[in-house]
Amino acid sequence: MPETQPILETTPIPETRKILLEVKDLTMDFGGLRAVDAVSLNICAGEIVALIGPNGAGKTTFFNCVTGIYKPTGGDVLVHPPEKKTQKINGFKPNRVTTIGMARTFQNIRLFQNMTVLENVMIGRHCRTTTNIVGAIFRGSTTKRQEQETIDICYDLLEKVGLVEFADEFAKNLPYGAQRRLEIARAMATDPFLLLLDEPAAGMNPQETKALDELIVRICNTEQIAILLIEHDMKLVMNISQRIYVMEYGKEIAQGTPADIRSNPKVIEAYLGEDTDA
Amino acid sequence: MVDNFKRSFLVALWFVFLTFPLMVVKVNTLKNIVEWRWINMLWVAIGAFVLSLVWRWAMARRQLKSKAAEIGEEGLVKPGLGQRLLEDPKVFKPVLIVLALVTIVFPLLVDIYQTNIMVLALIFVVLGLGLNITVGLAGLLDLGYVAFFAVGAYTYGVLNTFWGFGFWISLPIGGLMGALFGIALGFPILRLRGDYLAIVTLGFGSIAKIVIENWEEVFNGAKGIAGIPRPGFFGAEMNIASATTYTYYLMILMVLFTIFITNRLKDSRIGRAWMALREDEIACVAMGVDMARTKLSAYAFGAFWAGLVGVVFAARNTYINPNSFTFMESALVLSIVVMGGMGSIIGVIIAALVLILMPEYLRAFSEYRMLMFGAVMVLMMIFRPEGLIANVRRKYAGRTVKTEEANA
Amino acid sequence: MEYFLELSSSGLVRGSIYALIALGYTMVYGIIQLINFAHGEIYMIGAFVALIVSGVLTIYGFSGVSILILAGLIAVIYAAAYGYTLEKIAYRPLRNAPRLSPLISAIGMSLFLQNYVLLAQTPDFLPFPALIPDFDFMEPIAHIMGSAELVILVTSAVSMVALTVLIKYTRIGKAMRATQQDMTMARLVGVNVDNVISTTFIIGSVLAAIGGVLVGSYIGQINFYIGFMAGVKAFTAAVLGGIGNIPGAVLGAMVLGLTEAYAAGYISSAYEDVFAFGVLVLILILRPSGLLGKAVTQKV
Repeated sequence: MPETQPILETTPIPETRKILLEVKDLTMDFGGLRAVDAVSLNICAGEIVALIGPNGAGKTTFFNCVTGIYKPTGGDVLVHPPEKKTQKINGFKPNRVTTIGMARTFQNIRLFQNMTVLENVMIGRHCRTTTNIVGAIFRGSTTKRQEQETIDICYDLLEKVGLVEFADEFAKNLPYGAQRRLEIARAMATDPFLLLLDEPAAGMNPQETKALDELIVRICNTEQIAILLIEHDMKLVMNISQRIYVMEYGKEIAQGTPADIRSNPKVIEAYLGEDTDA
Repeated sequence: MVDNFKRSFLVALWFVFLTFPLMVVKVNTLKNIVEWRWINMLWVAIGAFVLSLVWRWAMARRQLKSKAAEIGEEGLVKPGLGQRLLEDPKVFKPVLIVLALVTIVFPLLVDIYQTNIMVLALIFVVLGLGLNITVGLAGLLDLGYVAFFAVGAYTYGVLNTFWGFGFWISLPIGGLMGALFGIALGFPILRLRGDYLAIVTLGFGSIAKIVIENWEEVFNGAKGIAGIPRPGFFGAEMNIASATTYTYYLMILMVLFTIFITNRLKDSRIGRAWMALREDEIACVAMGVDMARTKLSAYAFGAFWAGLVGVVFAARNTYINPNSFTFMESALVLSIVVMGGMGSIIGVIIAALVLILMPEYLRAFSEYRMLMFGAVMVLMMIFRPEGLIANVRRKYAGRTVKTEEANA
Repeated sequence: MEYFLELSSSGLVRGSIYALIALGYTMVYGIIQLINFAHGEIYMIGAFVALIVSGVLTIYGFSGVSILILAGLIAVIYAAAYGYTLEKIAYRPLRNAPRLSPLISAIGMSLFLQNYVLLAQTPDFLPFPALIPDFDFMEPIAHIMGSAELVILVTSAVSMVALTVLIKYTRIGKAMRATQQDMTMARLVGVNVDNVISTTFIIGSVLAAIGGVLVGSYIGQINFYIGFMAGVKAFTAAVLGGIGNIPGAVLGAMVLGLTEAYAAGYISSAYEDVFAFGVLVLILILRPSGLLGKAVTQKV
């Protein structure tokens, strides 16, 4: 395996860092099939953590369990939001999980195709705003202020992901890479402390991947949002993540720093035949 | 070209075969007579031939369009002429002024009969706008919408016969009852996917009619409720003519009111959530939108308008019976929404006026109207799913600072 | 007890008619996830064609069973032709459209076909000749189950067995099952998906037409509107059994038919349809996957 050149110095995690998400023995069964088998995982503030594994290893299912799309069969999902009480969120509806502060993107892009780019991001603000039907009808000063605030925040986010020029374009008309970035902006609009990215680089060309690389690192460093990502692009994973978890057939087979993972025989075996450096 | 004609010829033959027993043969089993209507065969052949040519031409165009969209050039495709005119303030403003004037003087120019029909058309405008919220914005296909219309009409009918409630008190009650039924029926079907929802709402629509038909004590069954008073005006005595004119202006106000409120909601946090729900339910909840609330509010809000104009409908007719609330009415309102362009307010208004007024003024057409509605629904879905007038996306105000950049 | 048996037999008869229609719904849904709203109209058209053919044949001096067979055969052919054309016009162009589009197109088609028959024929009820003969051997139990009812039950059962054989053991059946599992994959391994979908519509239409002929002959009158309610009920049956599931559709239809018959017999016939819909709503709320359906987890 050739060495990859990290674009930023990865720092080892100090023991004192605050844990944000703590998953203990998460298990998910579909009928007789165990898609996720007792997987445990921690993410601390300021970290970029990657979850890797061959296709069908159960990574997306794990995501779905954590974000409330599926109700896990067993195990605990605990969140420790900064400055708030710890909560056990198994079985919470997705919108509650998002409201607590964990937002996600999707492996198969799920944008609101027939809404504008700006509106897509504005949906992310939904859970942070309060206008109700009455407010919307009368459109009083509070509503107006809130609306303007939403627009401002969303423009800022679009700027961060480089999509301001497309603000009034329909989401479906964006090029592929831009759609992926829009998904990230939309998730960021929910004010998360943890962002879960499901294969953000899938289908991107090398330049786009590189830009994404930088974007993710920037989000983590300047926005103080921790990141958990599923990714197949090993170069990206090795470049930016501080810790890596590896899954195979629903089980966690390894965890550690990129260097550990690279030399872990189990991981090499799991990826046997697959080009780890693809 | 020759090949094209050959194919159309074959299509014509196929349709001649297909329609032969139903179009050509007519048997009277009581008198044992067979009537052979050979002339119909000719019409079918000609019709099928021409239509298949048009169909193939339209399909080719559609393919071109979708190809353009695929390579990401759809944004460059020019919007239709009507749309551009509508967006041009130079055209839009005078048109609006003329329309407003015509609307105001309309009842003075025509007789009561015409005014009365116009009132009906306006009622359907509001129904269309209401259903547009549920179907067009929130993407919840409701095939039993007429049930809420019936709720409103019967609310007034029953309140009036039993307790002598007047129009003005019944109006808001009718609307609220509509919304309440919307919520009550919405609850059990929250989890249902789009197509199941359609069939269940269809069921609710039918149940509503059956209940009204059979509950003699309250709804007076199939006989219906008669003698419902027209809208009052501070207790003033009015003859039929002036009451009709009055109802007309009332409906104009109500249409404006509906447009105002719907517009406000559409461009709000709530309206955006409805649209997001329509676009992608899973992404919508994953972005923190409460699905149950959003669905229920869309459902209830759509139903509210049906309940509200239901009251007006009862007052206009002064008589209601279950036959005004069949699936045909639901289908009619749905075709208004589909034809007008889902989510588009102007489109819905135009479609409602066309679909209600056309059969009234073109008697020959009225016989064929359900046939046409059906065909229109199919053709619209295939060739113009965005409706006559596509929903124009609102451009939001820029940022408080650096506004120029937003418009770049 | 006798009353109960009578109700049960009429419930089973209803159930088998629903089943014949429900199979079309469930097969189409299984393959393209579309509620073919116009399916009930195919059933109605089948009944009309049978009525017209048998009327013509009666006038030209045919009689008895020969009419039943000829009329049934022609009705089936026509229903198949209509089903095939319906799919080509109203659904095929919308195969990649948003979910709501084909559904609205289907509702449009349903309205169109109803009014086409209304305009081409008549808005009134037409008397349908009793094509099914009375069998002598049914005489002793005629008050519980008549000959027509027996014929309906047997015909439905035979049709369903034939369908099962078709799906299980023939090439096209295999292709249908493959397409139902995964359309893209089926296409990749060389299944002509368009043909499979057309065939599905044709088979569904044939079954519906058989139902139409049987019902017309049993009830004795038809009009352009019979397809609508029958269609909705049959769809209910399909959902009840677990949509996409063929034995489920039959089971659901029987349960629905019996529920309706008992409700009409013991409670009130005016509210018969309310019960049918009540059952549908309850099932969808309590067990959306139906009696025999598997719970599907949506892929994210």
